[in-house]
Amino acid sequence: MLDVLTGFIGELRSAGLPVSLTENLDAMEAVQHIPIEDRDAFKYALAATLVKSNSHWRTFETVFDVYFSLRGPQWSIEDTDAQAEAAADQAQARMGGEQRPGGGAMEGLSQEELAEILFKAMMRDDQAMMRAISREAVTRYAGMEPGRPVGGTYYLYRTLRNLDLEGLMARLMEAAKEEVQGGLTPLEERLMRDEYELRIDQLRKEVEAEIRRRLVADRGAEAMAKTLRKPLPENVDFMHATREELAQLRKAIQPLTRKLAVRLARKRRHGRKGPLDFRSTVRHSLSYGGVPAEPKFKYPRPAKPEIVVVADISGSVAAFARFTLHLVHAISSQFSRVRSFVFVDGIDEVTRYFEGIEDITEAIHKVNTEADVIWVDGHSDYGHAFEVFWERWGREMNPKTSVLLLGDARNNYHASQAWVVKELRKKARHVYWLNPEPRSYWDTGDSIVSEYASHCDGVFECRNLKQLEGFVEHLA
Amino acid sequence: MSQTATVGTPRFPGVPDVRQGLRSVDYLADDGIAGVVYLADRLGKPVLIEGPAGTGKTELAKSVARMTGARLIRLQCYEGLDESKALYEWNYKKQLLRIQAQRVMDEKAAESDQTWTGIEDDIFSEDFLLTRPLLEAIRAEEPVVLLIDEVDRVEVETEALLLEILSDYQVSIPELGTVTAAQIPLVFLTSNNTRELSEALKRRCLYLHLDYPDLEREKEIVLTRVPEVEDQLADQIVRIVRSLRALELKKHPSVSETLDWARTLVLLGINSIGAEEATATLHILLKYQSDIQKAAKELSVAQSA
Repeated sequence: MLDVLTGFIGELRSAGLPVSLTENLDAMEAVQHIPIEDRDAFKYALAATLVKSNSHWRTFETVFDVYFSLRGPQWSIEDTDAQAEAAADQAQARMGGEQRPGGGAMEGLSQEELAEILFKAMMRDDQAMMRAISREAVTRYAGMEPGRPVGGTYYLYRTLRNLDLEGLMARLMEAAKEEVQGGLTPLEERLMRDEYELRIDQLRKEVEAEIRRRLVADRGAEAMAKTLRKPLPENVDFMHATREELAQLRKAIQPLTRKLAVRLARKRRHGRKGPLDFRSTVRHSLSYGGVPAEPKFKYPRPAKPEIVVVADISGSVAAFARFTLHLVHAISSQFSRVRSFVFVDGIDEVTRYFEGIEDITEAIHKVNTEADVIWVDGHSDYGHAFEVFWERWGREMNPKTSVLLLGDARNNYHASQAWVVKELRKKARHVYWLNPEPRSYWDTGDSIVSEYASHCDGVFECRNLKQLEGFVEHLA
Repeated sequence: MSQTATVGTPRFPGVPDVRQGLRSVDYLADDGIAGVVYLADRLGKPVLIEGPAGTGKTELAKSVARMTGARLIRLQCYEGLDESKALYEWNYKKQLLRIQAQRVMDEKAAESDQTWTGIEDDIFSEDFLLTRPLLEAIRAEEPVVLLIDEVDRVEVETEALLLEILSDYQVSIPELGTVTAAQIPLVFLTSNNTRELSEALKRRCLYLHLDYPDLEREKEIVLTRVPEVEDQLADQIVRIVRSLRALELKKHPSVSETLDWARTLVLLGINSIGAEEATATLHILLKYQSDIQKAAKELSVAQSA
């Protein structure tokens, strides 16, 4: 047991969770108070002592599943599993008349029949049945072979494709509509849809867990944990984020902005007092008959910088630019004015898309579809974009402006026109460059980041939420 | 770790008992919650509860107090909270009086040299100590539950005040020495996560994240807290609330807002919710105009596949 726990904690650490020695000891002590056969209680005990942030919960869950999955002969890939058969028997019994002669287990069912059982289980929200079906589906469709070095996602895709979840969803809605006489009101229809979507999601997770279990049985926990290792939300790389991760990041950005706003406001309020304000002290001394009894101090004026964001939205860095726009606009209450420009090889101002719009996602979608950013061929040309920017908007830069340039500076071997950045720096308060590429890639190939960098106040590597957060804090 | 106070006899025999106990005071806990409360007692550790607003973080601490029949001592955190508000303070007015009184007596006795140390010992004794919530919880003889509410509101520096009490259940007063807990109180800290708490604090606590409850539990909560509501209406309520939470809103409806909504619907005599009823009463669930508009749009127009 001790070995498993140590291995488990080691894996948590390599997944990036900060687990201290004290927490380790606490976990060891906690599990002693928990009946070991109660898997859920065991899990919660470990979670309470080891996981101290909600965003780490997912990682914890995955690792937990891998390390404390049910192991044994019945879980191996070749055999169909005894429990599933038992459940299938029950299911058939429940289905009554439809029982086929000779076919006791699910193996005997045709694809259509399996789909039918699944449909029924979904209608009733029958958890045990869904679990059994997902097992059977994995055995049947995933085509898993021991020792085959293929990732879990491949099996998942194969299984889900055969289950045809889209079709299932449509059928469920049909059935729901038929059930009620006079049809559903739109509200009810929506609620039903939400309900079924959740159930289907549940099924998907069930299948995923099943595949993972089998892979663990096949390859061993350590190897499996390594392949499943995913970065924590704050460390996810913008450029390589999957769609699911992107959605998570978007959710994470809202609380992040609130956190930042609170921290910035606090810093301001508790900022040091300024030097003695002589005029004010003398003025207030009048009420004491000219004795300066109450010294007055100058309070430092909070800098409310104007922000100009100039972002490359060509394919290579689009995801990153979207996030930065998101973040900058979300905390625009901290800045007196935010103006945004986007470019590929042409450049366009997009500030108007953000005005009066509550939903930033929508605005960004508009930016991506409506802004006029293509000049010749739609490959990044920093030089041309900067030149146009200088000609059209250069005059509007003033000493309150901070300019953020976002991009990987991969210029497709065009002229750099770095003088624009130099001029910008003369007129504006700060010029920063945010680069979503890892530092080691800078200046390789057609990247000319250092050519611009020499004219900037700072160049920051900005690959994940943590770094982005750090930068914004630095800015305000 | 050297713990001066030892873990006492367990308050609860097992996790199911915690769950049962909480249910008896109208708090519906799931296994995770009950498990953490149970562990907190067995390990003698504080519990840090995090989660969105209105999911019953404070309520949990209150319910545990009610369940165990303990006195609830609450420390509401705010910006600018300091030692003298959280831990203890010397009652300097009383101290002054004491000195004054001594002086009068001294004039008669006229041997002030000797008595000075006497006075000093005297005025820094427990008679002159004003206990604040943290010290009070430590010194209590009877069982207490200490609730440190919204701990994320204090500054990072002030957090350090809590560390000694959380890990060793003791308070050091320079003039008096160390006050150790007579019995280990159950300690709950709540946080709305407006800032990251320090590692040192987190390390000393068990962590519990309270999220919005799932469908069945929320329905049960509605039925327990608003008994007038009918089963079918409660079902509709929680399903609509769940749909709303799936939307991208500025602020999602909390459990307490769900309960408010249920009460409102009962008062209005509505037995089943249609799109119109929902839209008309949305302002109870949602607190931003833009959220209300968005939700109203989503609810009245069903997406067709």
